[in-house]
Amino acid sequence: MTVPAAETWLQVRPQGLYCVPGDFFIDPLRAVPRPVITHAHADHARPGHGAVLASAETLALMRARLGAGAAGASQQPAGLGEALTLGEVRLWLAPAGHVLGSAQVAMEYRGRRVVVSGDYKRAADPTCAGFEPVRCDVFVTEATFALPVFRHPPAGREIAKLLASLALFPERSHLIGCYALGKCQRVIALLRQAGWQRPIYLHGALMPLCRLYEAFGVPLGDLRPLAGATRADLAGAIVLAPPSAQTDRGTGRLTDPVTALTSGWMQVRARARARGVELPLVISDHADWDALNATIDETGAAEVWVTHGAEAALIHAATRRGVRARALRLVGYGEEAGEDGGGRQ
Amino acid sequence: MRPFAALLERLAFTHARGAKLALLQRYFAATPDPDRGFGLAALTGGLRLATARPAQIRALIAARTDPELFAFSYDHVGDLAETVALMWPGGSPGGEPPGLAEVIGELERAPRSEVPARLAAWLDRCDASERLALLKLITGGLRVGVSARLAKVALAGLGDGRVSVEEIEEVWHALAPPYGALFAWLEGRGERPDPAGAPSFRPPMLAHPLEAEDFARLDLADYRAEWKWDGVRVQLAAGPRGRALFSRGAEDISAAFPDIVAAMAFAAVLDGELLVVREGAVAPFADLQQRLNRKAPSARLLASHPACVHLYDMLFEGEEDLRALPFDARRARLEAWFARARPARMALSPLVPVSGRAALAALRDGAREAGIEGLMLKRADSPYLAGRPKGLWWKWKRAPLSIDAVMLYAQHGHGRRGGLYSDYTFGLWRDDGVLVPVGKAYSGFTDAELTFLDRWIRAHTVARFGPVREVEKALVLEVAFDAVQRSSRHKSGVALRFPRISRIRTDKPAAEADRLATLLRLIGPGDD
Repeated sequence: MTVPAAETWLQVRPQGLYCVPGDFFIDPLRAVPRPVITHAHADHARPGHGAVLASAETLALMRARLGAGAAGASQQPAGLGEALTLGEVRLWLAPAGHVLGSAQVAMEYRGRRVVVSGDYKRAADPTCAGFEPVRCDVFVTEATFALPVFRHPPAGREIAKLLASLALFPERSHLIGCYALGKCQRVIALLRQAGWQRPIYLHGALMPLCRLYEAFGVPLGDLRPLAGATRADLAGAIVLAPPSAQTDRGTGRLTDPVTALTSGWMQVRARARARGVELPLVISDHADWDALNATIDETGAAEVWVTHGAEAALIHAATRRGVRARALRLVGYGEEAGEDGGGRQ
Repeated sequence: MRPFAALLERLAFTHARGAKLALLQRYFAATPDPDRGFGLAALTGGLRLATARPAQIRALIAARTDPELFAFSYDHVGDLAETVALMWPGGSPGGEPPGLAEVIGELERAPRSEVPARLAAWLDRCDASERLALLKLITGGLRVGVSARLAKVALAGLGDGRVSVEEIEEVWHALAPPYGALFAWLEGRGERPDPAGAPSFRPPMLAHPLEAEDFARLDLADYRAEWKWDGVRVQLAAGPRGRALFSRGAEDISAAFPDIVAAMAFAAVLDGELLVVREGAVAPFADLQQRLNRKAPSARLLASHPACVHLYDMLFEGEEDLRALPFDARRARLEAWFARARPARMALSPLVPVSGRAALAALRDGAREAGIEGLMLKRADSPYLAGRPKGLWWKWKRAPLSIDAVMLYAQHGHGRRGGLYSDYTFGLWRDDGVLVPVGKAYSGFTDAELTFLDRWIRAHTVARFGPVREVEKALVLEVAFDAVQRSSRHKSGVALRFPRISRIRTDKPAAEADRLATLLRLIGPGDD
């Protein structure tokens, strides 16, 4: 029996990446009857699908973000590592370490194994299960930070910078821009690990997902709504808000805040300046350059398909190590106002 | 290196003066000698080091990284030092970086040829932030928006009010890195350093910009008028203990102007404007710029670009401090002294007769010749006060000129604007219907406009030449500038003084942009 090449059964369609023998899409960009969703960020989990397959956490996050009506006509939770059969394809989810519930999609068809990474990181994160490499023939990887200039420092050191700034400017609120799903909860958990036990104030858009994280067993400590806080409460306090809300009415009440932003893009000074940030914090939920390359090697894949990001550099580096690599042209990811969006031009 | 790198990183993103002061003060308070003194010297331009050229830095990274990956990365980051700092392989977080004193000590002794090897060894011991600080230090481009003055204000804060910033400035030029005696004095552990033995800088008196409503309120009988020269403000300090030429920011620029220093055979402290003057005519600012760019000018440059100072105030005559006297009395002393001393390469900046509001306004608007950018108005009774006291001195620049030009090329900014297209070459229509470049602008726009321009350029690129993008000839920019001069160095035959983007004219089609002939008409006939 000949082994069919992966590109014959895993194809780029206008809706997204399509698995022909399983008749499902992975993270489709438009509503489809049968999607498999890697994680609940808006550019990967779109509304209006039919029967959605994803981790229980991702499904819960989708319901919270999209509303129960838009989070799929039906929902099928899959435990991490639990093997399922869709059409002629054997499929399971493996942890991706990106945000709560995030998963890679592993697929086997006629003796070949393909793993789609979704978004992932290798750094430890107290709010979600860590990435597990899966050996495979073809690895489909993200490439958000696929340039050798992106080597994320340990997140603990960035948190220490924040705490040092609070010590230097004890009267000023520190307004931290962070994405509502994942980054927000990770920053809170890192602050708690670093010993910050005071209340943390949240912009209204952040509270529901924090409560959901707590319901899944991720403790986040004393969280309070920014709306009810007094000026005295906020002096020297940590306030979290979505990056887009850093100048809106809710946060506009803060007097002379130190504005911080948590993103891998903060590594490049011109980008941090373009965002008008006073305290850039390089905290990313994506794999950095070293992690992307190490992960490709750990999967043992002879072939790598590179999706959204700086494909060219990663393809060049993989090719030089003898891995066949090519770009997978999927348009539409990185459009959520989160970490991906910051880097688009 | 670690505290210094952390300081630079914060300063790079801090714009508020109060926050900068807090950062500097914490650095000076928390960092031990002698590192903090070398940090102070690095911030205030007080270091003379063997440096490395960009080509040498490129060679270091080329030996350690894949050239294509470097090219991808440099294109993304837009700043050489930053790209190298981020890409440098290895680097041990938790390793021990070299101290600032160690780095500077070795760079002061090292022959230039050995700098790259030492730099590489240090980079291996640093993390990315420390690598960037080290590379910026060694390439001489800290650019963190800290003036020497601001650093001194921070130092004054270190002394809990025992020592004022003016007192620090008076002793400053007797001090040398790493400033151990200064810190001892500020912290109450030592005596005031003795400034004897070196000519010292006196904080200059500065003027406020004059707005229309201020002008309407002024009683002109109380004021004296002078030309506002388009040069560089300098202080000349000379006496038996030596001679020095200082910039307004207290930088000692004597080495770049040996012609002026040679002419300072007197005992006085004078305030004036540094200019290039040929046969009595003030040359365009661009000519002075060439002198300012050379730390050690060649004999040829000295001959072709002779420097001159137009004097307008006298702070000391001999040991006598004149600063408390009113302007008129100081002016009389200056004129009498000048008549006696007749120093070479110097001239008195004349008083401009004040004969009514309308006549003065006409003089200021008519001041289009090279070397003049408007008028100064100084109260006749004003003492010479440090800083920018309100209501005594006014600077009254003539209104800027402007043209509507078409964007032709764009280039990545470097440093602060790395990664964004922030340098624009613009052009005007020649009579034969060809657009010719007339200048480049890097400023004037807001952050939002910069974002707009960056996007527009990426979407309208028609060709690339290395870092330069040629764009569709479709975007009109209103460019303001202070003066226009003939120039044989530019293809269009003209050079603009301080061009900046004042508006983006998306409302205007490119065909309706200005013609080169319009710009040429602005050049006075006497300026050919």
